[in-house]
Amino acid sequence: MLYREAGQYKTSYAADMAVFPILQDRIGIAVILAVAFIVIPATGNAFLLNAIMIPFLVFSLAAIGLNLLTGYTGLLSLGTGAFMGVGAYACYKLTTAFPNVSVLVWILASGFFSAAVGVLFGLPSLRIKGFYLAVATLAAQFFLQWCFIRIPWLFNYSVSGALEVPLRTSFGVAVTGPNATPLTRYFVVLSIVTLMTWLASNLVRGRIGRMWMAVRDMDIAAELIGIRLLRTKLLAFAVSSFYCGVAGAMMVFLWYGGAEADVFAIDQSFQILFMIIIGGLGTLIGSFFGAALIFILPILLRAVPETLGLPIHPATVEHLTFMILGSLIVIFLIAEPNGLARLWQIAKQKLRVWPFPY
Amino acid sequence: MDLLYKIFLDPFVQMGTAPDLLVQTLWEGLVGGVLYALIALGFVLIFKASGVFNFAQGIMVVFAALTLVGLNERGVPAFLALALTVVVMLVLAVAVERLVLRPLVNQSDIILFMATFGITYFLIGFGELVFGGNPKIMIARELYLPTGAVEFKTLGGFVSLQKLDIAAAIIASLMVAILAVFFQKTRIGRALRAVADSHKAALSVGISLDQIWVIVWFTAGIVALATGIMWGARSEVSFALQIIALKALPVLILGGFTSIPGAIVGGLIIGIGEKLGEFYWGPLLGSGIESWLAYVIALGFLVFRPQGLFGEKIIERI
Repeated sequence: MLYREAGQYKTSYAADMAVFPILQDRIGIAVILAVAFIVIPATGNAFLLNAIMIPFLVFSLAAIGLNLLTGYTGLLSLGTGAFMGVGAYACYKLTTAFPNVSVLVWILASGFFSAAVGVLFGLPSLRIKGFYLAVATLAAQFFLQWCFIRIPWLFNYSVSGALEVPLRTSFGVAVTGPNATPLTRYFVVLSIVTLMTWLASNLVRGRIGRMWMAVRDMDIAAELIGIRLLRTKLLAFAVSSFYCGVAGAMMVFLWYGGAEADVFAIDQSFQILFMIIIGGLGTLIGSFFGAALIFILPILLRAVPETLGLPIHPATVEHLTFMILGSLIVIFLIAEPNGLARLWQIAKQKLRVWPFPY
Repeated sequence: MDLLYKIFLDPFVQMGTAPDLLVQTLWEGLVGGVLYALIALGFVLIFKASGVFNFAQGIMVVFAALTLVGLNERGVPAFLALALTVVVMLVLAVAVERLVLRPLVNQSDIILFMATFGITYFLIGFGELVFGGNPKIMIARELYLPTGAVEFKTLGGFVSLQKLDIAAAIIASLMVAILAVFFQKTRIGRALRAVADSHKAALSVGISLDQIWVIVWFTAGIVALATGIMWGARSEVSFALQIIALKALPVLILGGFTSIPGAIVGGLIIGIGEKLGEFYWGPLLGSGIESWLAYVIALGFLVFRPQGLFGEKIIERI
């Protein structure tokens, strides 16, 4: 009833091609941004910001990165964790080498290092595809993880072998390090994620995004209509790794405050892959839905027995969480193989034609 | 110059001067390779018949071994426990087919791949809930698996072979032989090959896909049980074992996803290559290169033969 586009006429091409052509969608996104930028910081406590919102946003960005590669270009990658690691280690090296430059610059710049590594490991994608390519990216995952442990130069020869985030200020406010407040870090993460989501949404609607989708749908046919496969695929690897690298840098600098190589293990790659599959391949909003579900669901499941006052041993809760998560993944896939983004689309369509079924 | 010498000459000089060490390394690689091959075999069986890239094969290995040891711990005699474990694997196969594969039929590969992750998570939680998460000792003696080592003098040194490893190699070869006969000679085996060739054509001549899938998952479960016993006896039964499933991936790449001989040959190449690399070239790079060497070997092969050594040639049409 409220969600109806009747009477909204588009009088120019620009209006027709807008990201949100419908007024209600524009209001919706404005409300979401207002909640994210004003309501949550004003009302949320440190726990909400630190343990839920910041990780959720970081994972969303990583999921967008993987979605650009797997969802839009159809190249399956299991190396996300390692590419995130490249971003984190690059950012660490840069900010310790040039402490006077704002760390915000380095967080974004570390994406370029990740992109370069991504292109390198994306080279085999021209000859191999599907699950074969997934194994090629596994080579990246294990090789890079080995580098993170074995090359002491990467963590400045620290004895523990871990990254310890130094205190860095920007415009007089502590952004990273132990003194940075959750609120500051939340705003930095939120701003970067918003900016990069906006960039991604324009990227996938334009020429580049269409090239990617053509390659995904059938790469030989795409080649026949004049798309240069090598360039397109490597560009997808570069952009995807850039996003993952920035996400990795943010994860260490703005969330954990310190990390070891284990953080970027294969489990991380799988987790991001779950997010985009459950959220919806080839959709940006699905990356957010997936990140929310996969990251927040286990937290909620673990909290259930405690809030209900059930006397269950914590280890048992952990095992049950695994079982329930596994079952839910299968149930979700059976209910809607195209992911949560598709459910969202169906819900919107139902609203538009309500009260009629179609 | 020095570095080039160390990379290209020194390892071979070492191999020449101490052939007994070389034999020992080759043997260890071979045994590791046999176990990789067994896991890869489970993958290939399922991939051929249902097109599912079964990530859960690793946890199936752990789950089977854990069930066996766990039942024995609760006082069930070893061989009865073995039989019961086989029954459990059958139940698992039926459940997977009913609850996961059948509702997801005709979905894209990545969705099915994801579903096997769901199975993996479920089995991890279930296994830990029922049998506990602590590492367990495999009941090798109760199952009459040999222990100890055979040493013999050769090539100017001692080579020592674990009896258990010899048994593992024999059992693995037997299993492959049985599977080969099963696939070539029996009615069900022929049906399996038909399904592998084309689902639709198999359906049209009256082969029940559901039944075939149960059989294939059950066979993969048996292979997983054998792998679990062997691998568990070499180290211990713990959830860390499931990571070996990832090691089977380069094996699959090398051999091709659809080829049983490929899985065997690939497993042996990866196993031996990994051990040789770690032993002779490892010290140059700092140890631990075992973790990625297999993938790089596979990647090298892949660039020249995208379908693997024995895989069917990939023909693409518009």
